[in-house]
Amino acid sequence: MKGAAVTVGIAAPQESYLTDGTTLKSWLFTTDHKRISLLYLATITFFFFIGGFAAALIRYNLILPEGVLDSPETYNKLFSLHGVVMVWFFLVPAVPVTLGNFLVPLMLGARDLAFPRLNLLSWYLFVLAGLVALYALVAGGVDTGWTFYTPLSSFYSNGHVVATVVAIFIAGFSSIATGLNFIISIHKLRAPGMTFYRMPVFLWSLYATSVILVLATPVLAMTLLLLAFERIFRIGVFDPAIGGDPLLFQHLFWFYSHPAVYVMILPGFGVISEIIPAFSSKQLFGYKFVVWASIAIAVISFLVWGHHMFVAGTSLYSALVFSILSYMVAVPSAIKVFNWIGTMHKGWIRFDAPMLYAIGFIGLFTIGGLTGLFVAALAADVHLTQTYFVVAHFHYVMVGGMVSAFFAGLHFWWPKITGRLYPEIWGRVAALIIFIGFNLTFAPQFLLGYLGMPRRYHSYAAEFQVLNVLSSAGATILAVGYLLPLAYLGWSLFYGRRAAANPWRATGLEWTTPSPPPTENFSTTPVVTGPPYQYPCTEAVRNE
Amino acid sequence: MNFTLPQATVDAREVDALILALTLASLAVLALVFGLMARYMVKYRAGSPIDRGKPPQKTWRLEISWTVATLAAFFGLFIWGADLYVRLFQPPANALQIYVVGKQWMWKVEHPGGQREINTLHIPIRQPVQLVMTSEDVIHDFSVPAFRIKHDVLPGRYETLWFTVEMAGVYHLFCTQLCGEGHASMIGQVVAMEPEEYERWLGGGAKGETFVEAGADVFRRHGCAGCHGDQGAGGIGPALAGLYGAQVKLTDGIVKADEAYLRDCIMTPQKRRVAGYPEIMPSFAGQIDEEHLLKLIAYIKSLK
Repeated sequence: MKGAAVTVGIAAPQESYLTDGTTLKSWLFTTDHKRISLLYLATITFFFFIGGFAAALIRYNLILPEGVLDSPETYNKLFSLHGVVMVWFFLVPAVPVTLGNFLVPLMLGARDLAFPRLNLLSWYLFVLAGLVALYALVAGGVDTGWTFYTPLSSFYSNGHVVATVVAIFIAGFSSIATGLNFIISIHKLRAPGMTFYRMPVFLWSLYATSVILVLATPVLAMTLLLLAFERIFRIGVFDPAIGGDPLLFQHLFWFYSHPAVYVMILPGFGVISEIIPAFSSKQLFGYKFVVWASIAIAVISFLVWGHHMFVAGTSLYSALVFSILSYMVAVPSAIKVFNWIGTMHKGWIRFDAPMLYAIGFIGLFTIGGLTGLFVAALAADVHLTQTYFVVAHFHYVMVGGMVSAFFAGLHFWWPKITGRLYPEIWGRVAALIIFIGFNLTFAPQFLLGYLGMPRRYHSYAAEFQVLNVLSSAGATILAVGYLLPLAYLGWSLFYGRRAAANPWRATGLEWTTPSPPPTENFSTTPVVTGPPYQYPCTEAVRNE
Repeated sequence: MNFTLPQATVDAREVDALILALTLASLAVLALVFGLMARYMVKYRAGSPIDRGKPPQKTWRLEISWTVATLAAFFGLFIWGADLYVRLFQPPANALQIYVVGKQWMWKVEHPGGQREINTLHIPIRQPVQLVMTSEDVIHDFSVPAFRIKHDVLPGRYETLWFTVEMAGVYHLFCTQLCGEGHASMIGQVVAMEPEEYERWLGGGAKGETFVEAGADVFRRHGCAGCHGDQGAGGIGPALAGLYGAQVKLTDGIVKADEAYLRDCIMTPQKRRVAGYPEIMPSFAGQIDEEHLLKLIAYIKSLK
């Protein structure tokens, strides 16, 4: 099967979007969605490693009960930096702005997104936001955690709260612009014959994601603006000392930030829904259910913000309502897991790197989802919330889940994006190391949380040390796992073998155009005549 | 290294039972998911000569059945968790009330008899204890893992937390809501003692004024009697004697006079106006700090 990759079509395209202009200007002023996607890829990779470096220092500090880093303040700034950078400058944008930007027009059979210049503007806004965030970091950092709970953030923090908030505010505009661009492109630019039910699930999931982004981001923007006003002008919004309500902030913040979890994970679902059928040579099991599960998640995700506040001082009745709604939002996610496994049933399964990452995703996401049930169960949440149990839970969903999906997608479409193949064996090794390192890092934290270790502690009781050391050791392996792809994917850019148009024998319009695609994507507008995932099942692969 | 956590309360055992059930259910689902994946990965690997037959086309019956099964299981877990939660936060009427004020970065505790302590809470066992908690600055969170309970402590509001401890011992007390630089040092201990021992502890050491006496002082100092009468008998303002726990008729509804209501009346009197009285009560916000306020309210509660 590996041989197939090169024998099908060795002819490397002479003209592609990569060779269409080589000056710096041709990149920085491009309106080509594929080039913008690469600009984004470079940007978010940079932020991923900044956030990752902070994570490494956090785990390093926790090796000793009394803490290794000199001051609690430094530690607080580190985990705040880690949270802010990872959430807003990596997890939320990652899949949509890189893979999404590259693939939406290709999967739609279109020449570009609906608003190419708006797309470029989104990237500039994102970079501007990143620069402001980096300024806040260099100028002294922020120590409130990524959640900015008031009145700590509005009056008591010594950190650069306003600069950080402004950075997130600007990044929000970038999100909204990207979301609008996707929604309109999907409505207006589908190739002839591509009905909504003939769209790949990846497009559906980006559609659902974009709807959340467009509806929820303004709420976050206004909340952060109010926070900045309170801090600068002393207007009493959130601080009770001047007539505000400290819980109001949490309601507004989580009204955005819970749906934002699904902004992170839904595109991941989309990626996995492309990869599992491709490497099982089988159509996606229960296509319509998977599609509508995405829509259901997008809708219900707006109704569950209160489950972050079961011990915050809200009423008993609101806790009951938010608990049951939280169980509801888990149902569509469970449906998807069953459907992916159903897709593998009677398939013709190949274990290339993207598939290994995807299988890792299913495993880690399932653990993340199941532990979500613990914190949705009210009485259990009272004990577990604000401890390392929650830290482990959301890292399983957001890092184990979303980052695995991002890596799966990056490996899957890498030949299409760059026209090069990476060394397959290293891809598989890295997938395995990441899976093992991840579990070693975060599984001990479930127990740590049950035993009562609070999160965001710079130092801790000596009885928690063994599990912390275990977790830090796992993080070391995980770090190696994350550095490997940087190395071999970078290597492949220069020395990788040329990729054929469709190295994986996958379906979908993006595989019908050369790798890397020409600037105009398709030489003639493709016409779609059937549903997606029409895998011939086994025959073609069998005869290799 | 100890991988168990003491179950110092009845609730702790019940919460543990719930967590155990969740763990078992999760392990079962994990076994199913990982088991099926592993089985398919081996059985249907590319190159395996097994006959795959025709893949099933109709999916909706399978989809409906696993959706319904998931929903039913979730509903069961919801009921279990919710029932226990309601009990965790419904204090019995006879609970011993102890006051806790969170402050960057310490826990200040005052017993009804006026005994004060910092970062330590002495309590009797086998007796319901209710904490009345507030914060002087940011949001804190009072958490005792051995009791399986925690609750945020908010500035400008009273939150309560109750428990009955069964095992004498010394337990960790943590602040679990990020509250600034000293967050990790805002820890302490709960010392649970036999009731007789607790009585002895209360009697020992320097004993100040009782809470109620101190509250009467605050009442006098701020001239409350001018409107509400000596001993809260009534006058220009509503009578305070017997007010605590009663239903109060407001201009727009009825409210039960609990600590939070009394606090509102003193700090933001315009917020909930009592029917039949002129709007002349001034706000005491900024004039009485949280500790004195707690005492003042304890005094008002004592007026029968």
